[in-house]
Amino acid sequence: MSVSAPTRITPVGKMSDFRAQRIWERNLLVYRRIWKVIFTGFFEPVFYLLSIGIGIGALVGDLTLPGGHIVSYTAFMAPALMATSAMNGAVMETTFNIFFKLRFGNVYQGMLTTPLQPRDIAIGEIGWALFRGSLYTGVFLLVMWVMGLVESWWALMTIPGAVLIGFAFGSVGLAACTFMRSWQDFDLVSLATMPLFLFSATFFPIDVYPPAIQVLVQFSPLYHGVELLRSLTLGIFDPSILGHIAYLVVMGLIGATIASRRLDGLLRK
Amino acid sequence: MTENLVEARGLTKTFGSFTAVDSIDFDIRKGEAFGFLGPNGAGKTSTMRMITTVSPITDGKLTVFGMDPTTEGRDIRRRIGVVPQEDNLDLELTVAENLYVYGRYHDMPRATIRERIDELLEFAQLTDRRKNTVESLSGGMKRRLTIARALINDPDLVILDEPTTGLDPQARHLLWERLYRLKRQGVTLIITTHYMDEAEQLCDRLVVMDQGKIAAEGSPSELINRYSTREVLELRFAEGEQDEAVLRLDGLADSSEVLADRVLLYTNDAESTQRGLHERGVHPEQVLVRRSTLEDVFLKLTGRRLID
Repeated sequence: MSVSAPTRITPVGKMSDFRAQRIWERNLLVYRRIWKVIFTGFFEPVFYLLSIGIGIGALVGDLTLPGGHIVSYTAFMAPALMATSAMNGAVMETTFNIFFKLRFGNVYQGMLTTPLQPRDIAIGEIGWALFRGSLYTGVFLLVMWVMGLVESWWALMTIPGAVLIGFAFGSVGLAACTFMRSWQDFDLVSLATMPLFLFSATFFPIDVYPPAIQVLVQFSPLYHGVELLRSLTLGIFDPSILGHIAYLVVMGLIGATIASRRLDGLLRK
Repeated sequence: MTENLVEARGLTKTFGSFTAVDSIDFDIRKGEAFGFLGPNGAGKTSTMRMITTVSPITDGKLTVFGMDPTTEGRDIRRRIGVVPQEDNLDLELTVAENLYVYGRYHDMPRATIRERIDELLEFAQLTDRRKNTVESLSGGMKRRLTIARALINDPDLVILDEPTTGLDPQARHLLWERLYRLKRQGVTLIITTHYMDEAEQLCDRLVVMDQGKIAAEGSPSELINRYSTREVLELRFAEGEQDEAVLRLDGLADSSEVLADRVLLYTNDAESTQRGLHERGVHPEQVLVRRSTLEDVFLKLTGRRLID
C-alpha cells in the first residue's frame, strides 16, 4: 500500500479570497475629495462633439454607411468620441495615477503587508479605471440623447460596451505602466493613443481607406471599440460585432495577466 | 515553555550574485522585544521583509506563528503589523483615513474600525490631527501614525524597521515610550536599528548582524559582558599626537581600539587605568570614562563602527 503525500488544497478563486474591492474603497475615499478631477475627463469628449461634430457635421451633412443606412455625421462620430474617452480614461488612470503610487508613494508596498495580494491590486485598479470610464460614458450618452444623436435603445448597451473598452485598455495600460521608468515614458503613451484616436475610423468610415490600410486599421484596438459602440448607438448590427467584442476581451485578459505578474515581480522582491 | 513566534534556520536571501542574508538562525519568543542591530547593508531589512512575507525566501526555513510564509502569507499578514523603514503613508488620504483603509484591507467591520481609530489616534497623540493631510505632519508624527496604522488589526507581532531613523531626540523618546507601552500589553516586537542606544533601551534580546551574518546573540547586558569590559576610557589627543601616544599604551588596558579621532581603552577598572596613563606620561587632551555599550560590542566583533 502506498501512502500518498499530503496535498495542500489552495482555495484559489474563492469568493472570500477576493479583495480587489478594498482598492475601490480606498480610491472612492480619495476621489470623494477631488471629484472635480473626474469632471475634466468628461468635458474633453463633449467639447470635441460640439466643435467637430456640430461644426464639421454641418459641412459634411449625412453619410451613407456600407449597409446603405444614412446617418448624420454627428451621430456617426459621437460613439467614436465615446469609445476614445473610455480608452483615454482607462489609460490615464492605469498609467499616470498608478505610476505615481508604484514608484513614489510606496502605497502598494504598504498594502502588501496586509492580507491584500498583488492580484487584488491589479484587479482593483483596473476595475476602478472601468468604473471611472463608465461614469464618463453614462454622462456622454446623456448628452448624445439630449442632442438627438441616439438612434436606438441599444444605445444603453454602450455603457457595458465602454466598460469592455476600458478593460482592454486599462489592462494593457497597467501592464505598460509596470515597465515605465520615468515620467518621460509617458510621451510614449500619448504617442500610442493619439494615432489610435485619429485613425481608428473615428472621424470617417473605414472604407475611405485603400484596402491595405483598412487591414492595418483593423489591428487598432480602438477601431473595434469604435465599431462596437457605433453599432449600438445607431442600432445597426452585423456579425462582425462578435469579432470586436472578442478582440477587446482577449486584449484585456492578456494585459491583466501580464500586469498581475509584473506587479508581483516588482512588489515582492 | 516559551513559544517561538518566528523561527529561522539557515535563512538566506540572495539578489542575483549578492547575498543579502547569509544562512542565519534565530528564534523570536512570544512577548519579547527582539532586535536586529547592525550597520546599513547588514541584511536587516531583507530579513524583515522575509518575515513579513513580502519577500520570498531564497533558501533555508522560516516559520512565522508556525506557518510557512510562502504558502500561508495571507494568514501570517493578518496577525502582524509592519512599520517600514521608509514612510509609506497614503498621501492622498487624511490621518484618520489612513487608519481606516488599513482596517478595511484587514477585512475589519467599519464600526470596529471607527472605535479602533479613536483609540489609536489617542495612542499616537494625533487626535487633534485626524482630519489633517499626511503631508502636514512632522517626521515624528508620521512615524507615530505609521505605528498606529500597524496596530489597526490588533496584531500579535509588530515589526519595526529602523523606527526612529531621522527623528530628533525628543521625537525618539516619545516613540520609545509608546513602544514600551506596547510591550507591556504583551505585543511581541521585532526592531531593527543601527542605533545602539535604541537597541539597549528597547530590546530584551538581540542579534548583531554584519554582512548578512549573525555575529552574536544575547541580551544587551550579556553581549556587553561577553564581548566588552565594564568601562571604557575614550582618549582624545591634540592634533598629531595620537600616533606617538598609542605606542605607549601597550598593555595598559584589557584591549584597545584606535579610531581616527580617538583611542578607546577597555578596562574593568577605569581609575587604575587612568593612573597608569599618568605614570606613563601620556597626557590626552580629553579623557572620558563611560560604560561599555553595544557600539563597543559591535566594534569588537567586526572591527568597524555601526555608524560611519
